[in-house]
Amino acid sequence: MASLPEAAPPTSTHSNRLVRWLDERFGWEELLAPLRHKTVPVHKLSYWYFLGGITLFLFVIQVLTGILLLLYYRASANEAFESVQYIMTQVQFGWLVRSIHSWSANLMIFTAFAHMFSVLFLRAYTKPRELTWLSGMVLLFLVLGFGFSGYLLPWNTLAFFATKVGTEITGQVPVIGKPLLIFLRGGEEVTGATLTRFFGFHVALLPGITTLLIAVHILLIQRLGMSVPPSQEAAWKAKPPAQREMPFFPNFFAHELMAWYIALGVLGALAALYPWELGSKADPFVAAPAGIKPEWYFLFMFQTLKLIPAKVGPIDGELIGILGFGVAGLIWVLLPFLGGDRYGRRQVFIRGLGVFALAYMLAMTVYGYVAK
Amino acid sequence: MTSKITRRLLLLLRPASCFLPPVSLVLAASCLLLPATLWSAEARPQVARSSCVECHSAFPPPTGVSEAQWAADIHAQKGLSCASCHGGDANDPSPEGAMSKKAGFRGKPKRTEIPALCAKCHADGAYMRQYNPSLRTDQLAQYQTSVHGKRLAKGDSKVAVCIDCHSVHGIRPAQDTRSTVNPLNVANTCARCHSDAAYMKDYKIKTDQFAGYSASVHHDAMVVRGDLSAPTCTTCHGNHGAAPPGVASVENVCSTCHVFQAQLFDTSPHKAAFAAMGTGACITCHSNHRIVHPTDKLIGTGNEAVCTNCHAAGDPGFAAAGRIHDDLTKLDAALKRSDELLDKAERSGMEVSQARLEEAQGRDSLTKARVTLHSFQPDKVEQDIQAGMKIADTTYKAGVQALAERDYRRKGLGLTLITILVVLAGLRLYIRQVESRNQRGGN
Amino acid sequence: MDHAEPVTRPEPARRRLMQFLLGGGLLASAVSFLYPVLRYLVPPAATDLGGDSVVAAKVGELKANSGKIFRFGSRPGLLVRTAEGEYRALSATCTHLNCTVQYRSDVREVWCACHNGFYDLNGRNVAGPPPRPLDSYAVHVNGDEIVVSRRRGA
Repeated sequence: MASLPEAAPPTSTHSNRLVRWLDERFGWEELLAPLRHKTVPVHKLSYWYFLGGITLFLFVIQVLTGILLLLYYRASANEAFESVQYIMTQVQFGWLVRSIHSWSANLMIFTAFAHMFSVLFLRAYTKPRELTWLSGMVLLFLVLGFGFSGYLLPWNTLAFFATKVGTEITGQVPVIGKPLLIFLRGGEEVTGATLTRFFGFHVALLPGITTLLIAVHILLIQRLGMSVPPSQEAAWKAKPPAQREMPFFPNFFAHELMAWYIALGVLGALAALYPWELGSKADPFVAAPAGIKPEWYFLFMFQTLKLIPAKVGPIDGELIGILGFGVAGLIWVLLPFLGGDRYGRRQVFIRGLGVFALAYMLAMTVYGYVAK
Repeated sequence: MTSKITRRLLLLLRPASCFLPPVSLVLAASCLLLPATLWSAEARPQVARSSCVECHSAFPPPTGVSEAQWAADIHAQKGLSCASCHGGDANDPSPEGAMSKKAGFRGKPKRTEIPALCAKCHADGAYMRQYNPSLRTDQLAQYQTSVHGKRLAKGDSKVAVCIDCHSVHGIRPAQDTRSTVNPLNVANTCARCHSDAAYMKDYKIKTDQFAGYSASVHHDAMVVRGDLSAPTCTTCHGNHGAAPPGVASVENVCSTCHVFQAQLFDTSPHKAAFAAMGTGACITCHSNHRIVHPTDKLIGTGNEAVCTNCHAAGDPGFAAAGRIHDDLTKLDAALKRSDELLDKAERSGMEVSQARLEEAQGRDSLTKARVTLHSFQPDKVEQDIQAGMKIADTTYKAGVQALAERDYRRKGLGLTLITILVVLAGLRLYIRQVESRNQRGGN
Repeated sequence: MDHAEPVTRPEPARRRLMQFLLGGGLLASAVSFLYPVLRYLVPPAATDLGGDSVVAAKVGELKANSGKIFRFGSRPGLLVRTAEGEYRALSATCTHLNCTVQYRSDVREVWCACHNGFYDLNGRNVAGPPPRPLDSYAVHVNGDEIVVSRRRGA
């Protein structure tokens, strides 16, 4: 077999010598060239494009602060609470790292939801972006999984009972519910085994899958480019603007960097002014505190389940609720395939569905907070 | 032939003393059943069959005794029968036979005879040893020293006799929480007479003791906090030998538990003064039954203070009371102040466990001072107060330091926010320059 | 669209200001992020987590028939070395009104000075006002350290 002539990477013309040296060995100029030409559409609704990047940025923050927390955290029922207390009180700036991790988690879930809804309303999920939507929805579920698993790790009373209730509800799913419950809890009840398992999910399993999916998600975005909302397309047709797009590098990226720095400032302020509480150590033998609620991102589901009567006809009310949310979730994931043509009539219906879903979630979350 | 068998049985199983010879047959039979009843006493009280209950369970009170009631009685569980106290023949199903004078039937004993009746067994050490060797047998002797016993001897049948406190036909041992003489129930039992103003009309003593006790800290300790060692009526008055302690011996009674207060009181000027006045030591300030949880307001010269009952402005006692009160409130306020500060620091996320530990020591000093005040010497109280003040000072300083650390964090945050603002400003300029360059370059 | 501009680049002063702000800001913010992280990486002096177990004393520190108060989290504990040389550890918070108890070597019992309460060396309340026993802790000798930890299970 004749050997191929060695293909040397083209000589770099970068001003920096080190960069040139590395490029001659990595050959990345070729790969990165398309990025230099990547553009971002400029219109009234361009700011919504930031949300995805902010979510990614917050994920990176989570990974970095998470790694730092890993240096001191101990994942056993005996020591978890004390190790978090140790981080908060003994480790230099431990309070900062932990509070940033907790606040950033909440912010990330918020921006992930906002990102999803903005994609929905700006109709960026239609062909050819179905797979981007699909991978994004899975990422959203993974992010919620991060929130659920991470919440238990300090092993305090609120977390313990929230996990108990949450996994209990999972156990109500027909057929697979019980095995799923045992898989999640590492047994019949919430114990130290649950903590170890959730720790494994939180620092290994979920990050692994998430990183892969983020790579897929970003790859798709790079290949397909940014979508322009139909309303802006119409506006452009009516009145052609001076500039339809800006280069990603350096213009849009500079804007994004501003957004990220603002996010950093907000995070630091939240961590310093409203440090995340620790609560009291979980005691499995104590009765659940009255009025226990999950964190705000699960509250709308929790409140819905509370409102459904105990029995609807012959069927368990909670089961109806769970199945309802299951079906809703499935529909949501399959939206690009159910909506049809990008400019078709069915899209209006989907927008209506989106408005309803958003309003419902907001209303239920507020209700969940004020209800006793 | 039956009499031969019974005589043999008697010889075999003669109990040490069956006080009614004609009833020895019955007792022999029930002694046979004794092991069975003892074994099953906890599980299913299997009492000796007696013909009495068969009829009397159908009657309404006062002659009615139900099966369940009698089965719950400790005497029934130990194998005794109705005939043990009332005489008669418990095996004879006919009323004439069962309640025949020949069988020794005595009917309902007169109230004045009851203590002697019970004492026939309960004062007999050798007899009681067969059933419960650790039970006391001096109840009758004690009773005869009591107010109840003395008045009964004079013929007053309104006073309490054994069955008034222990109930009758359903007597439970004192450890049983359902017993009328269990510590939890004693006050209620005494109050049945002693809170009945109509019943006590002729006796010229007050009937507010139960009401007072129910509001007291001793009642609270027993009923609310479940401390069975807390005092009830019988703790201070005695149970069988019940009589109010004399004024001179009140301090002795209280000091069985409140040792330090009594010792300090003995060194105080009040001891001689109260003895001279003929007032009881502790109860003058704390009352006897309505002993409420004392607060710092009890001592001093204020409205709720008891000192002003005797002391007036100008006398040394008045001044001492004022000093002691001021000292206590001073330390209390200092401890509260530092506690609030530490709370604030903790809520801001600071670690203050060492200071909390010292805070507990400070509160110890206040508790000790509240005991020391029974010496009624301000200088002694001052010592405890000073120790506490020093600690309160230290913990306050720790709180200040924690808040300073919090402020340092906020300053750090401020600096970081400034650097972020600088970057934002720089980025703004950069964007503008790049965009204007793009526009000029024609993009 | 070409505009006729007197200058084709931003003024040098403006450009320098932008570079100063951006570069300096980025550097300063990076330092303010990295400084806490670097301090964080340095392990604190107290490696003990507190909570469930603590080093109460060193071997040889306590003479026989004596006691020592030590800190267990934010509460006091009492370490006693009996006359026979055994170690016992109890909670030092009196169950009556929360005063701190002490070991009395004359009566060889634990005593609360506030209201004359007594506990035996198993923590059982034997005299005076305390209504409940003191919590007892497990004691292990680990090398030259005496480690006290909360009992687990029964």
